[in-house]
Amino acid sequence: MLRIRNLRCGYGNLEVVHGASLHVERGEIVGLIGANGAGKTSLLNAIMGLLPPREGSIELDGVSIARQPVWHGVAHSLVLVPEGRQLFSAMTVADNLLMGGYRNPDRDQAIAQALDRFPRLRERWRQPAGTLSGGEQQMLAIARALVARPRLLLLDEPSMGLAPLMVKEVFEVIAELRRKGVTVFLVEQNAMAAFGVTDRVYVLETGDIVMEGRPDDLLHNPEVKRAYLGKGFRNVWE
Amino acid sequence: MRAAVRHALPMIAMTAGVVALQLVISAADRQFYMTQLVMALYYTIVVMGLCLVMGYAGQVSLGHGGFFALGGYTSAILTTRNLAAHLRPETLQTLERIGLLWSRTDLYGAPLATLAPWPAFVAALLLTGAVALILGFPALRLKGHYLAMATLGFGLIVYRMLLGSAFTGYADGITGVPPWRLAPGVTVSGAMDNRIVNYYIACGFLLFVLWFLRNLTGSRHGRALRSIHDSETAAKAMGVNTPRLKLQAFVISAVLAAAAGSFLTHFNGGIGPSEADAMKSVRYLTLVAAGGMANIWGAMGVSLALTFLSLRGVFGVYDHAVFGGLLIVIVSVAPNGPGRWVADLLRRRRPTVRSSGAAAEPAT
Repeated sequence: MLRIRNLRCGYGNLEVVHGASLHVERGEIVGLIGANGAGKTSLLNAIMGLLPPREGSIELDGVSIARQPVWHGVAHSLVLVPEGRQLFSAMTVADNLLMGGYRNPDRDQAIAQALDRFPRLRERWRQPAGTLSGGEQQMLAIARALVARPRLLLLDEPSMGLAPLMVKEVFEVIAELRRKGVTVFLVEQNAMAAFGVTDRVYVLETGDIVMEGRPDDLLHNPEVKRAYLGKGFRNVWE
Repeated sequence: MRAAVRHALPMIAMTAGVVALQLVISAADRQFYMTQLVMALYYTIVVMGLCLVMGYAGQVSLGHGGFFALGGYTSAILTTRNLAAHLRPETLQTLERIGLLWSRTDLYGAPLATLAPWPAFVAALLLTGAVALILGFPALRLKGHYLAMATLGFGLIVYRMLLGSAFTGYADGITGVPPWRLAPGVTVSGAMDNRIVNYYIACGFLLFVLWFLRNLTGSRHGRALRSIHDSETAAKAMGVNTPRLKLQAFVISAVLAAAAGSFLTHFNGGIGPSEADAMKSVRYLTLVAAGGMANIWGAMGVSLALTFLSLRGVFGVYDHAVFGGLLIVIVSVAPNGPGRWVADLLRRRRPTVRSSGAAAEPAT
């Protein structure tokens, strides 16, 4: 569904991603893990069109989408939950959801479905998004993206800044999306959380993809363990 | 049906208020207030248009004085420049027959043929719209305060050019702008016996702008504008074509300023370069901030009151100081507008009245 070849992108003189290649097949949940500053967000932004790529190709269903305006992708069901959620904090929950459906003519129906999935948001309907708790904000961010009816959903660090219980709930939602046929490309620093839900994982290290594999395989890879899972991991896991 | 009534109610109330104010002024025999009131109404239209750009799209424009002047001067020049000597009589006749031209004789009985006010008005709007497009196109593709800088430069250039060229009458500006007959008995002019009619023309224009902006800001596009103000990156990620939407709002706003400038020029019978003064633009900006930024009603109310008082000369030599001081106070004390500030103050004083408790609810 999504195919990236030799993608390079960056800011000014600084190149952040040095020729990354990856692919996401229909119905898959693919993770991209890496440390802070590895270039994960830049890569996502390049896919969305928020950051113009310098080289390489990005194809969605075989059609090149590199350098196309962002709204074009959104209209074709390529939807991003941005880093740090980026809610419209001064606007109400209702307006945030309506904005999610900006390019979706069936937004009313999509909002009704999102509210059935996240009933908490119905209670908060007229409240400014900035006054919600962290967990509710993440739910709103995901619900807002779902209102756009994504076929490919890009998630940028959905676990960031959330309590462990909320992280669990967020990943339950992601697992649910798969059952509904949404393809997900997930960027995470929290490798353990990402391993629990993904079919395949790429490891990004300072702008290069250094590894690819099934979560189970990566889990037992000593290098991954050292870099992303921490020393105490073994004791917790076994 | 009920929702429609609720939506229309503010407009109906405004219309009633307009009529009531006219009756009160007439009953109190203070018709001379009408002149400043009409001027305040036109300036308020500029402020309301600026509110769309500043309050909703979050883009600062310091060029609205320039747009106002551009509209006014275009109307003034086109309706005073004598074309009688430049065109063949047959051409003149044809143009007059289709309503583009207006022939008359001047004070000394010499033939005078100028463009009619309507086509001049349309030309003013088109020219201003084109200028705003050229100005805004590069500035609004970027994030940040580039529009403020571009429009500030534009305003200063317009002011200097108006002051410095014979074409625009140097510091005197352009006088002798003819009345604008909109319909039988409805003429934009400053004639004494025409005050009440002009009051209603200006109010009608204002109500139209209010209706238009209320619908626009309540629509999907208005929501998208507010979302740009909140987080431009997120707005983009939702599929909003942000440069285009910002540009549209900016052009609409500039054209509204030009329309107000054109009307006021016909009302005053002329226009001077002081309309393009940077202080004018700062004043418009101040009034939007004092009205509560993304608040068209607030911008309208504050602007009408303060502009009227200023035109009546209530502030005397401290006129500029009042608006400068207001800007400082608003920015430092109540950046979200005086209304929000008062509401916050009340809530702090009586913490028990919190009912739904938006901000007070403990996080889960």
